[in-house]
Amino acid sequence: MSPALMRVLRVVVLLSAVRGAPLATVTLPPVILEPVPLEPVPVPSEPVRVDSGADQNISIPINTEQQQQQQQVSLDVDVMLTGELNPNHYPARRAAQVVLHHLNTRYGSPYWWGALRQVHKATAEALGDSGRKYSLEVTLQDQISGTKETCTAEVVFPGGPAGGPPQVTTSYEGKSEINTQAQEEALYNQYNTSQNLLSGHNLPDSYGHVAPGMEPFWHLGGVASSFVMLKESSENTLYNMAQVVSVTQLATENNQLRFNYDVLLHEMVSQEIIHWKLLASWSPQEGVKASQMELLPKCHHCEPPQEH
Amino acid sequence: MGVCVCVCVCVCVCVCVCVLMCVCVNGCVCVCVCACVRACVRVFTRHQVLRISAKDELQLSALRDLEALDHLQLDIWIGVRDVSTPVDIRVPAFSLSTVKSHLDYYEIQYSIMIRDLQVALDEEAEEMDAATRDVEPRNTDAFDYSRYHTIEEARNQPFSTGGTSRPAIWLDTGIHSREWVTQASGTWFAKNIVDTYGKDQVLTAILDKMDIFLEIVTNPDGFAYTHSKNRMWRKTRKPNPGSSCVGVDPNRNWDAGFGGAGASSSPCSETYRGPSANSESEVKAIVDFVKSHGNMKAFVSIHAYSQMLLFPYGFTKSPARDHGELNELAKKAITNLASLYGTRYRYGSIINTIYQASGGTIDWTYDQGIKYSYTFELRDTGRYGFILPANQILPTAKETWLALMTIMDHSSRNSY
Repeated sequence: MSPALMRVLRVVVLLSAVRGAPLATVTLPPVILEPVPLEPVPVPSEPVRVDSGADQNISIPINTEQQQQQQQVSLDVDVMLTGELNPNHYPARRAAQVVLHHLNTRYGSPYWWGALRQVHKATAEALGDSGRKYSLEVTLQDQISGTKETCTAEVVFPGGPAGGPPQVTTSYEGKSEINTQAQEEALYNQYNTSQNLLSGHNLPDSYGHVAPGMEPFWHLGGVASSFVMLKESSENTLYNMAQVVSVTQLATENNQLRFNYDVLLHEMVSQEIIHWKLLASWSPQEGVKASQMELLPKCHHCEPPQEH
Repeated sequence: MGVCVCVCVCVCVCVCVCVLMCVCVNGCVCVCVCACVRACVRVFTRHQVLRISAKDELQLSALRDLEALDHLQLDIWIGVRDVSTPVDIRVPAFSLSTVKSHLDYYEIQYSIMIRDLQVALDEEAEEMDAATRDVEPRNTDAFDYSRYHTIEEARNQPFSTGGTSRPAIWLDTGIHSREWVTQASGTWFAKNIVDTYGKDQVLTAILDKMDIFLEIVTNPDGFAYTHSKNRMWRKTRKPNPGSSCVGVDPNRNWDAGFGGAGASSSPCSETYRGPSANSESEVKAIVDFVKSHGNMKAFVSIHAYSQMLLFPYGFTKSPARDHGELNELAKKAITNLASLYGTRYRYGSIINTIYQASGGTIDWTYDQGIKYSYTFELRDTGRYGFILPANQILPTAKETWLALMTIMDHSSRNSY
């Protein structure tokens, strides 16, 4: 029997027959689908008032230049909005995510890992050749302690063919929680003096599990990945770290603990899982730094080590 | 109460489409877990299943002639369509030499997919029986809903059935295989429906008027692959001719804005739309079912992660005709969802809230006239992402159920 059909026959969920019910098989005639013609839809001429979960209704002003662009019957909607943005729609959210990656590179640690909680306000403006600038008010949250804080930020996505990473400035002044210091010192001392270098893989594993002792290295991987995700971000991306594939400690150098990380990043717009290697160094004084960042090619036939 | 008839559409890997007809005497809930079920008539000894590839119109025509010969008693599994789609036919033993001569005469290529169908079915039956001996087959209470399971473990879920001409609600989970919290939630939804029918007033009222169809492992090949080889696999597992890359994104394969921006034309991409709309059997089976049912009133396709409740369109910025109502209903649904554990959801049209996506499920279902077409993106917002810990399955399922009930209740009260 062909392997294909064996696989087919194994993909079964038992449908238990209801007592006394006769079963019979019936073959449905194949249905031939008619293609449905797409009708061009007229573009509304006044701003569309859309309530999408913001606390107040936000109307999206569309300037006439963009209106004309939208009147082309095109399915490509890369028309960049300017002015006030709906904070719950993706353009504001993507810019806000960039802010979080930036904050993680500055303030992240094995005990502080920031995530976007909410966007309150967002505006965008075109800077001509220099690109586009977003002004945002966001609430961020430490994923470990749950502490929230609100700040303002500006994100500039550079224009032109050279591109380059987004530039971020924020009003955030540092963690209000100071009690991570004791934990950080303890962790640092434990792994600075330890004879055995740490190593781990699949954080979290397929079932979302991280051993308690490995959690700080999961967080550290997330923070270090923000260096990559920050530099890779654009208005057309939204990155999260999907998993730490492996972490291997190297000898301490210049008082920095050092770890080779192998991580999977999830890019939401393309839905791709992107494999990066990087070297993370950390100390409570210096914070987290990432270097030797290397993109690994997508392997279509590779079976990554998956220990369940 | 009363006798009702339900058609469960079952899909398997690009090979066969099976339809099972069941009769029940309980309430009218139909739970379909994607499956290929053995035939109930044991007369397939030495029958062969041939996969036939016609290379031009002449050969296609010859195949159609063959299909028309009733005395051969051919059972068409995948019928003659075009040169790029293989034809699968079950040939009874007594017709084999005639059919093969016919194919050889026209120099039509074919391969023998199954050498003896009865042997294959017997082996499968034995496997299924062995599996049911391991676990209580009909005891929903013995199943651990707070853990992730494989397809084999999930197979022992009882179901009951409903009628076809009644207005119906469709729920699916697991169309993207790596989104494990969805299949796990779907399993719990099935259990919850069975447990609370007759006890929960709102659910009972819905089911007394409408049927619920629930497909739990909508992408079974992908799901198996996430267990065996690659936890992050999203697409189907169908090989792409001429490419070393496998699989099609089943949520870009629907006939809605197909070919437009918001999906990829590369087989190696996670959002590969496929060679044509409905090229994936997983999608085609649902399309056929929805069209032949003809009375679907709500359609909810469940994904993860991001914590969003989305409605059409994904392929165009033009608002759906029912945008206002869908938006209001979404707001109500996520408010109810949040009431349980405070989980915050955003909501809106796909194209505004998350990204442009063409060939998406609910764009198609909406344009078929199924007004209450929604997509969920369940927990979380990126901390665990696809690998959500099992201890979040039950909270996720329970809060999501509140949102689903809101949508189903509204559909039930607002017939159109």
